[in-house]
Amino acid sequence: MNLHIKGGRVIDPASGRDAVGDVFISDGKMVEALKGNAEKTIDARGLVVCPGFIDLAARLREPGGEYKATLESEMDAAVSGGVTSLACPPDTDPPLDEPGLVDMLRRRAKALARARVYPVGALTLKLKGENLTEMSLLAEAGCVAFSQANVPLADNQVLWRALQYAATFGFPVWLHAEDASLARGGVAHDGEVATRLGLPGIPPFAETIAICVILELVRATRARVHLCRLSTAGGVELVRAAKREGLPVSCDVGIHHVHLSDMDLGYFDSNCRLVPPLRSQRDRDALARGLAEGVVDCACSDHTPVDEDGKHLPFAEAEPGATGLELLLPLTLKWGAAAKLPLAVTLARITSDPARILGVASGRLAPGAPGDVAVFDPAAALRVVPEALNSQGKNTPFIGYELAGRVRYTVVAGNVVYEG
Amino acid sequence: MQRNPQLNANGELQHLLSIEGLPRELLLQILDTAESFVGVTEREVKKVPLLRGKSVFNLFFEPSTRTRTTFEIAAKRLSADVINLNIALSSQSKGESLLDTVANLSAMHADIFVVRHNSSGAPFLIARHVKPHEHVVNAGDGRHAHPTQGLLDLFTIRHYKKDFTRLTVAIVGDVLHSRVARSLIHGLTTLGAPEVRVIGPQTLLPAGVESLGVRVFHDMRSGLKDCDVVVMLRLQNERMRGALLPSAQEFFKNYGLTLDKLSVAKPEAIVMHPGPMNRGVEIDSSVADGPHSVILPQVTFGIAVRMAVMSIVAGN
Repeated sequence: MNLHIKGGRVIDPASGRDAVGDVFISDGKMVEALKGNAEKTIDARGLVVCPGFIDLAARLREPGGEYKATLESEMDAAVSGGVTSLACPPDTDPPLDEPGLVDMLRRRAKALARARVYPVGALTLKLKGENLTEMSLLAEAGCVAFSQANVPLADNQVLWRALQYAATFGFPVWLHAEDASLARGGVAHDGEVATRLGLPGIPPFAETIAICVILELVRATRARVHLCRLSTAGGVELVRAAKREGLPVSCDVGIHHVHLSDMDLGYFDSNCRLVPPLRSQRDRDALARGLAEGVVDCACSDHTPVDEDGKHLPFAEAEPGATGLELLLPLTLKWGAAAKLPLAVTLARITSDPARILGVASGRLAPGAPGDVAVFDPAAALRVVPEALNSQGKNTPFIGYELAGRVRYTVVAGNVVYEG
Repeated sequence: MQRNPQLNANGELQHLLSIEGLPRELLLQILDTAESFVGVTEREVKKVPLLRGKSVFNLFFEPSTRTRTTFEIAAKRLSADVINLNIALSSQSKGESLLDTVANLSAMHADIFVVRHNSSGAPFLIARHVKPHEHVVNAGDGRHAHPTQGLLDLFTIRHYKKDFTRLTVAIVGDVLHSRVARSLIHGLTTLGAPEVRVIGPQTLLPAGVESLGVRVFHDMRSGLKDCDVVVMLRLQNERMRGALLPSAQEFFKNYGLTLDKLSVAKPEAIVMHPGPMNRGVEIDSSVADGPHSVILPQVTFGIAVRMAVMSIVAGN
């Protein structure tokens, strides 16, 4: 299959290319030029053509959460948002802690032939923080990294052993940095808003203390650690120092956290119940700046579809999380515009940068790279209403917002999987 | 930011969910209306027909005797029909969701829901889902708000001190867990009290409490100095767990209100307590039963204030 994407503004963050031109895909891979005729041509005039987006955290809710979302609905959501590769955290039910489950998930995803799915395996059995999973076997089944998702790992000895073991085989470990005891019972940033609303707080040092512990263990084990969903200004500074020191660490931020703060909780808006909690405006600004500087390596949607029943509850009892796959592009564009970044730098944070962390060849348009492309209209308005979302999760703090940036075509391995 | 969810399009009180965000005029309207009901509660025939034919559902998801009873008395004195539901013992334990419970009661034609819930914000959720003619009155939600208690505290202070704009008020004890404290602080700052203090150990004061417009004291004597009003908060026994406090005895030593500590306040200072009191924990009996105490009048005024709130929301 030969695909010709014609006349768009081609942006390849990895190479710095940003010019009007053509993109060719043959046999599922990027090529310099087509041999023979194109079987399909996309007219991309007036549109941006860039590598398909890579999302390091999208919950597909399978297995175990099919009443909240299914692989079908969420893969539709992914490609309609231009996301061509996604990593899914292991906090399914049961968790992704044995090779059979991982294998089944990959087969199901593959059969749907939409976005590429990269499972993240559980670091400990049942995510209980007690015993290690069979990391080598899980890696063989397709796990790209190991993680506790948002489930706290309270036992530092287990964490130490897990990092030692993962480092032995060079497996990356993705950790959500939150001290379990300091966060216990909390549902919101411990600050003025939580005080006013009478919500139990999670102090910012629940994150920074956990990062300090993790960094010490990285020094000891040299494990490759990716810190997931930073939420505090202090966390950004710790990662900056760790990188300067040359530690093998990287980090990401949930796209909600570069736009929102605890002020957005308003009158107990349960759509703003997120993990980690939305923090102060100062933290939000530090995250947005860190992402611009590259201290924060990439942005992700932290896509978490929750059904209505899970959100129609008092704030503290509501299930945390927000839908995000379809908003990743417009929210990243909004951040990039506010930070006055060139479009290529903005897009790097959801293409080439996450590709580097995931260790995959996609995320760029160089010949030989996988033929994954997003074609979008950066100016087209997107009104965020539940009916506009393909995801089964309609829960987002951005309901009612008018955002800019609509995906027109999504291409995976040279096949047009979405046209909007 | 959404419109204040307790006001209707005309800025009138549709629900009473929190004192925060209510304009001064509205607070004064409630207090003045309550004033007119104080007479009613002292009459031989203690009823007015303002809510005749209306149904008030007392929805208590958390146990309460005093607040539920005063709401019931207030509704009956307004001639409403009162239905008490002790949800803690019924549908919730069968797994019915909060909104399903409310929808079912709504189908039984309620006019006013009086709601107490252990989760902050629950009455806001209910208010967003009731029918336009139904009203929600918050009778205490988690640590967030207890607006009718706050209003009766304001009523009591006004009754004894007349003018808010010269007062120094100290609120003592477990502010962290107290919805009473939050509601009273918002009320006092809205009505122009120049100095509101909170007194307690760091473990019982929430993060950034100064942002509510209060001065923080950790020492009881400096905090009580020259106060016109002292509000003692209830300290629950469970605070001794979870490393918030070592013991009730030690709390009493530092923050229990005794005649000796009270002597640094103004001589005509009044002492309030939302009840139920723990004698010998946050307050000494000599103070609770002494000449400064207005704790029992608070309870009496609470009925008039709740009558005022229910008659006002039902009229809007």
